[in-house]
Amino acid sequence: MANNSGDKELVRSANMRSIYDKKRRVSDTILNGLIHLSTGFALTIVLVILGYIAFRGVPELDFGYFINQTSILKNTVGILPNIINTLYMIVLTLLIAVPIGVGGAIYLNEYADGGRFVDLVSFTTEVLSGIPSIVYGLFGYLFFGIFMGLSYSILTGALTLAIMVLPLISRNTQVALDNVPNSYREAALGIGSTKWYMIRTVLLPSAIPGILTGIILAMGRVVAESAALIFTAGAVAKLPSSFFGHITTSGATLTIQLYFEMAKGNFDIAFVIAVVLMVIVLTLNFLARWISMRFDVNRIK
Amino acid sequence: MENKIVAKNLNLWYGEKQALKNIDLDIKEKSITAFIGPSGCGKSTFLKTLNRMNDYVDNIRIEGDVILDGENIYADGVDTTILRKKVGMVFQQPNPFPMTIYDNVAYGPRIHGIKDRKTLDKIVEESLKDAALYDEVKDRLHTNALGLSGGQQQRLCIARCLAVEPEVILLDEPTSALDPISTLKIEELLMELKAKYTIAIVTHNMQQASRIADYTAFFLIGEMIEYGKTDDLFSRPQDERTENYITGRFG
Ligand SMILES: Nc1ncnc2c1ncn2[C@@H]1O[C@H](COP(=O)(O)OP(=O)(O)OP(=O)(O)O)[C@@H](O)[C@H]1O
Ligand SMILES: [Mg+2]
Repeated sequence: MANNSGDKELVRSANMRSIYDKKRRVSDTILNGLIHLSTGFALTIVLVILGYIAFRGVPELDFGYFINQTSILKNTVGILPNIINTLYMIVLTLLIAVPIGVGGAIYLNEYADGGRFVDLVSFTTEVLSGIPSIVYGLFGYLFFGIFMGLSYSILTGALTLAIMVLPLISRNTQVALDNVPNSYREAALGIGSTKWYMIRTVLLPSAIPGILTGIILAMGRVVAESAALIFTAGAVAKLPSSFFGHITTSGATLTIQLYFEMAKGNFDIAFVIAVVLMVIVLTLNFLARWISMRFDVNRIK
Repeated sequence: MENKIVAKNLNLWYGEKQALKNIDLDIKEKSITAFIGPSGCGKSTFLKTLNRMNDYVDNIRIEGDVILDGENIYADGVDTTILRKKVGMVFQQPNPFPMTIYDNVAYGPRIHGIKDRKTLDKIVEESLKDAALYDEVKDRLHTNALGLSGGQQQRLCIARCLAVEPEVILLDEPTSALDPISTLKIEELLMELKAKYTIAIVTHNMQQASRIADYTAFFLIGEMIEYGKTDDLFSRPQDERTENYITGRFG
């Protein structure tokens, strides 16, 4: 009880202080300093990297790179095939991963009745997101490339990446659905909406910013990925000869090309690719922010 | 008066815990029935059994019958969409959708397949008028409903419920988040609505029950202790526990 009366004493003395007697706490000052320091540090690193890439890459930028493919016969150097391959890779990966990821998340959150199954899937998702991407590459190469006979192709790469970004998409969708107030569900069901109608008209519009954020993060992963693609999508940098046929041909994305150019010691073109990649990634990030604000139905305009 | 809804020997468990015990209760057509009782006694639970909003609760078990116009709503093959069109619900917290005022009210009719713009316009206007909200919002029908005040939002929820032309309206403490003026507006509204609709309302406010309800049921820890005409229940309670509660001696 002695302890208790001591606490009361403290409370009483706190009550006697004026509200203007702001106490300086040393721990607060130190913590504050540390936070500022580490923020500054992180920011500096980002700026140094961006600055260096811009410094090395921007002077090399030449419009020719963006409209040509590298060809010894025509004596041209360019990354247009890689840009196209990257676009193919993004679109194809999302076409596979978004319906499965978003659909699966809707099922898990709104239909499956809790319990073991949902736990198991969540656990698997977490494990999947922790696997190094080269392991996905190995699996994709053996399963899609060899076993399913798709060999080195953009499709093989996209299937592999789809598995890789699936957790990202489904996780974000689940969180977004979780954040939709239950009262919306009750309101809709309470006036006779079916579950699916409720999901379509109330849940998805409310959750769309979160879902889109997940999709854009997934796009970022696709753009940035190299390890999972080298042995699945392959190394060819040729312009497509047919729109759909291109899917089944080998195609190196920008990131893969960057890797090859580095390996060959072509640092000029490597930095050009790096600049392009940076611009894409930054754009995607800003897009993610803009979208989550623009489509937020819960914000009153 | 005719019985609109009859609950027969209703028992309900959340997991192991029994939340409703042997409830027998008739809700009379075109009248207001109030459910009162201390917090946690099962009023909301009972209200939700009347349009099967409990269906989505995990580990719930319901025994007994709820008869709506002679039909058991817990029978196999009942379409809850149609049931809830007939028996609508307004919740304790105003819960408009994050859409325009217009789309909120049109939500129900659209579920049930009404697409024609003119018809919808008419339904929206009439429902908002019935909910005594039209004049306040007629110039901003196409703005976000989340911008309305709490009282306006609750009346919007009532309008949204009315728009599907239900036969029964269930209200779970619809005024508990509202100021006295909004509360009175909603009470007046309910008094008018009972000419057309059967109304069941949960309330913690005993003045409210005595002001508006024709019948009142008193619940205590999952049981319905007493049920009768509101005036009788408040002036001549038969059960000591009811008397203790309404005189404020516990609960
Ligand atoms: N989904 C649920 N799962 C488990 N128990 C529940 C659930 N909903 C309600 N209960 C329990 O059932 C009992 C009755 O709850 P109910 O919400 O019906 O009370 P109430 O009379 O509406 O109370 P209040 O006046 O506070 O709203 C309470 O003990 C509550 O804890
Ligand atoms: Mg309640």
